[in-house]
Amino acid sequence: MSETLNLTLKVWRQNATGQAGHFETYTTAVADDASFLEMLDYVNEDLIRNDKEPIAFDHDCREGICGSCGLMIDGQAHGPQKGTATCQLHMRKFSNGDTITIEPWRAAGFPIIKDLVVNRAAFDRIIESGGYISVNTGSAPDANIIPVPKETADAAMDAAACIGCGACVAACPNSAANLFTAAKMQHLNLLPQGQPERYSRAESMVEKMEEFFGSCTNHGECKEACPKEISIDFIAMMNKDYIKSKRVNRRRLGQKKVG
Amino acid sequence: MALTLDSKIPDGPLADKWTKHKFDLKLVNPSNRRKFEVIVVGTGLAGAAAAASLGELGYNVKVFTYHDSPRRAHSIAAQGGINGAKNYRNDGDSVHRLFYDTVKGGDYRSREANVHRLAESSVNIIDQATAQGVPFAREYGGLLDNRSFGGAQVARTFYARGQTGQQLLLGAYQALARQIHLGNVTLYNRMEMLDVVTHDGRAAGITVRDLLSGEVSAHSAHAVLLCTGGYGNVYFLSTNAKACNVTATWRAHKKGAAFANPCFTQIHPTCIPPADEFQSKLTLMSESLRNDGRIWVPKEFDEARSAGEIPESERDYYLERKYPAFGNLVPRDVASRNSKTVVDEGRGVGPLRNGVYLDFSDSINRFGKETIKARYGNLFDMYERITGEDPYESPMRIYPATHYTMGGLWVDYNLQTTVPGLFALGEANFSDHGANRLGASALMQGLADGYFVAPETVAGYLSDLLGTSPLETTHEAFATSIAETKDRTHQLLSIKGTKSVDHYHRELGKLVWDYCGMTRDRNGLEKALTEIPALRDEFWKNVKVLGNNESLNQSLEKALRVADFMEFAELKVSDALHREESCGGHFREEHQTEEGEALRDDENFCYVAAWEYGGPDIHKDSVLNKEPLVFENVKLTQRSYK
Repeated sequence: MSETLNLTLKVWRQNATGQAGHFETYTTAVADDASFLEMLDYVNEDLIRNDKEPIAFDHDCREGICGSCGLMIDGQAHGPQKGTATCQLHMRKFSNGDTITIEPWRAAGFPIIKDLVVNRAAFDRIIESGGYISVNTGSAPDANIIPVPKETADAAMDAAACIGCGACVAACPNSAANLFTAAKMQHLNLLPQGQPERYSRAESMVEKMEEFFGSCTNHGECKEACPKEISIDFIAMMNKDYIKSKRVNRRRLGQKKVG
Repeated sequence: MALTLDSKIPDGPLADKWTKHKFDLKLVNPSNRRKFEVIVVGTGLAGAAAAASLGELGYNVKVFTYHDSPRRAHSIAAQGGINGAKNYRNDGDSVHRLFYDTVKGGDYRSREANVHRLAESSVNIIDQATAQGVPFAREYGGLLDNRSFGGAQVARTFYARGQTGQQLLLGAYQALARQIHLGNVTLYNRMEMLDVVTHDGRAAGITVRDLLSGEVSAHSAHAVLLCTGGYGNVYFLSTNAKACNVTATWRAHKKGAAFANPCFTQIHPTCIPPADEFQSKLTLMSESLRNDGRIWVPKEFDEARSAGEIPESERDYYLERKYPAFGNLVPRDVASRNSKTVVDEGRGVGPLRNGVYLDFSDSINRFGKETIKARYGNLFDMYERITGEDPYESPMRIYPATHYTMGGLWVDYNLQTTVPGLFALGEANFSDHGANRLGASALMQGLADGYFVAPETVAGYLSDLLGTSPLETTHEAFATSIAETKDRTHQLLSIKGTKSVDHYHRELGKLVWDYCGMTRDRNGLEKALTEIPALRDEFWKNVKVLGNNESLNQSLEKALRVADFMEFAELKVSDALHREESCGGHFREEHQTEEGEALRDDENFCYVAAWEYGGPDIHKDSVLNKEPLVFENVKLTQRSYK
C-alpha cells in the first residue's frame, strides 16, 4: 500500500531569461507511488488554489523517451535513480521529511526561459550541422543490399538511444555537450551508410558544438547522469574521428596533407 | 448544406491505382517549386517526413511545432515496430497480404485503395529508413531481422529494440534538420497552431501563438498540411503524451473540414492501471507480454488475499475459459472489453481494484527466470520502476487504456480534406485503419503519408496555382482570425474562476471514458450528450487560468486545448450514438452476437461518417455526410476467436 510523504521543496523560480531568480520553499504531502512530475502537478494544483502561478517545467511523454523533462534534483541531473529520466522517477525513492532542491539545467548553452524550463535549441543546431545521412526520399536502395554486422548495428543503436534531454551538459562541470554530440555522430559514423560523410560530419558537428558548450575534460559525470546510460567511449571515438577529419577533409579539398 | 464527398479513388485494378494516379497527377517543374510556400504543422513521423521531403524537392517549407525541438513529437514513444511487406522471411508475405490483413483488422471500415497504397509504400519506408541510418535489429548475417505481431500470420515487423518509434522519428527529424540547414525549411518551435485561415474556399494559412511571448501571428501559404496526431487525450488519461491535443484538427473542422469517425478509438489492453487520483498519464506495456503471461482475476468478489495466497482453483483465467482457441492472445479490443467486464463485476485486483493480473509464474517455472528476463527484462524493469512491485515475484496488474485514434479529418485519396489546399497526414486523418488499427501500422502510415504520398499529391494541387501568390497576411481573413484567437486567449485569462484546467480535463475524461470508452450504450451516450455541454459551460464560467498571455504560460496552453476537447467530445459521442452497430474499437452494448462479440451491420453502416461543423450546439447542428465503403477485393466476414 502507498505511504504519504511529507516533503519540503526548494524550487527555483525565475520569471524570464536574464532576470534574477530565487528559491521558493513549498511543503507538500504526496503518495509515494506518485511520479516526481505528478508530485509537481500536485504542488501546482495547490499553488493555483492559492492564486499563485504554477511552476513551469518541460515534460511530455512521461515515459522517459521524448527527452522533454529534465530537472536538477538535489544537485543530480534527473535525480537519484540511475538510468532514469525525471518523469520515470517515483517518490518512493524519497523519504518522509526530506527536503528536495529542484533546479533547472544550469549551463550557459541552455539559457533559462522560465522557472525550470531551459532553451535547448543549441542541440538542434548541432544536429543540423551534420547529424544526418544525406539521402533524399525515394533514392534509397533495397534495405538488405548492405549487410551490417549485428555487433555494429547494436553499437550504433547503443549510441542512437540518446533522448537529447541535456542531462549530460547539466551534469558536466564544464557544461560540455560531448556525450550528446558523440552519441549522434557515432551512431552514424559506425554504420556503413554513414561512411561517405564521416569526416565532414565529425568536423562540422564538433565545431558547432564548441560554439555553444564547454570543453570535455573526461570527468565522466555525463554518463553517470545519462538516463539512457550512453557510454563515454563514444566521446573517445568522436575525438579520434575529429582529429582524423582535419587531415582527411583538407586532402579532399585538394590541399597538401598536414603532418 | 451537405458536402460532396469525392474520394477521388482512381479507376483501374487495385494494384495499379497508385501508379496510375501518380502518372495522372500534374507535376511542378523543379525551377517552379521555389515559388510555392507550404506550411507543415507538427513534426512527428508524418510532419517531419513531409517537411523534409517537400524541402528536398525545392518547395519553401515552414514547419511548426509546439515542442522545443521537432524530435519531441509523440511518435517517439512507439515501442514495437513497423510493418513492411518485404517478405524477407520467405513466409508468404506480399503487398496484397499486408493490405488484406489491414482491411480485415480494421473490421472493414477503411478504404481499400488507401490501404493498398499504404501496403505498397511500406516496402519503400524500410529502404528509406535504413539508408538514413535507422539502426533496425539485424541477424548475425548482417541482414534485417523481423518479428511477428498481432493480426498477422507472417513475420513482417521491423524493429529497433523497444524504441522503433524513436529511431524512425529521429531518422525523419535528421532529414528535416538537413533541410533546415540547407535553408529549404524554416523551423518555428514553441509555436502552437490555433486556427486555420481560409479564403475563397481554400486554405490560405494558419494562425499561431508563440508560446514564449504570447504573440499571435499569421502565416500564409499555398497549401497547409496538418500532421498533428490523434485525439486520445480527450480521455485525460491515455498513453498519449501530455500535450497531444485535438486543437489543430478541431479548428480545421470548424473552418470547413469534415471530421470522420470520431468514435473510433483504440483501447490497448495492457497498460499499468492508475495508482491514485493524481495519476497524470498511463503507460503501455507491450502487447508481446501476452505471449507468456496468463490473465486472471479471483473468482470471489472483493477478494482480500494477495495473488500468491489465492489457490489455483479459486482463479478465473477468463480469456482462456471464454476463448479456448486464442486464449490470452485474442485481439486488443476483445481483451480490453473482457478486462472491463470482470473489473466492473467487482473482481478487479490491486489497491483500487482497477486491474487484472498478468501472471508470469507458469512461464517462469517452465522456462526459468533468465529466459523470461531475456525476453521482457526492460518491460519488467519499467513496471517495477512505476509500481514498485517485482513482476518476477508477484503478477503484474494491467488494465486497458486509450492508445490510438482511428478517426480524424476526412481526406480524399490525395489526403486532402474537404477544404481545398488543406491536407491531413498520419493519425490526424481517418483513412487507413478503419475501426481498429493493427500493431506496428501507425508508424507505417505516418511515414507513408509523409515521405511518399503527400509529396506527390500536394504537387498535384499546387500545379494549378502556378503564378499565384499566397494571400497577404495583412488580409482581413488573417486579421479576423488573429483577433478571434486573441479574444479566446484573453477570455480564458479573464474568467478567474475557482477550478484549474486539469480539474476540468479530468472531469471531461471521466465522462467520455464512462460513456464512450470501451463499450457504449444508448443510455450512457445520451447522458453524456447532456453532461458534456453542461461541463463545457461550467468550464467557460469557472476555469481559473493564472498568469498572463505575454510569457510562457502552460496553464493557458492547456486551457486552449481543453476548450477544444470540450467541443470535440460532444461530436465523438454523437458519432458513437449514431453508429448503431459494433465494429472494431466501437462496441455498442445493444449490438453484439449471442457470444458477446461485436456485431457489424454492413447493410446500414458500411460507410465513413464525415461530420460537418454546423454550429455551437454540436450534437444538433453537426451535419452527417456518408461516404459509402465499397469492397471489391475482400469479402466481409464476422470475426471469431473461439
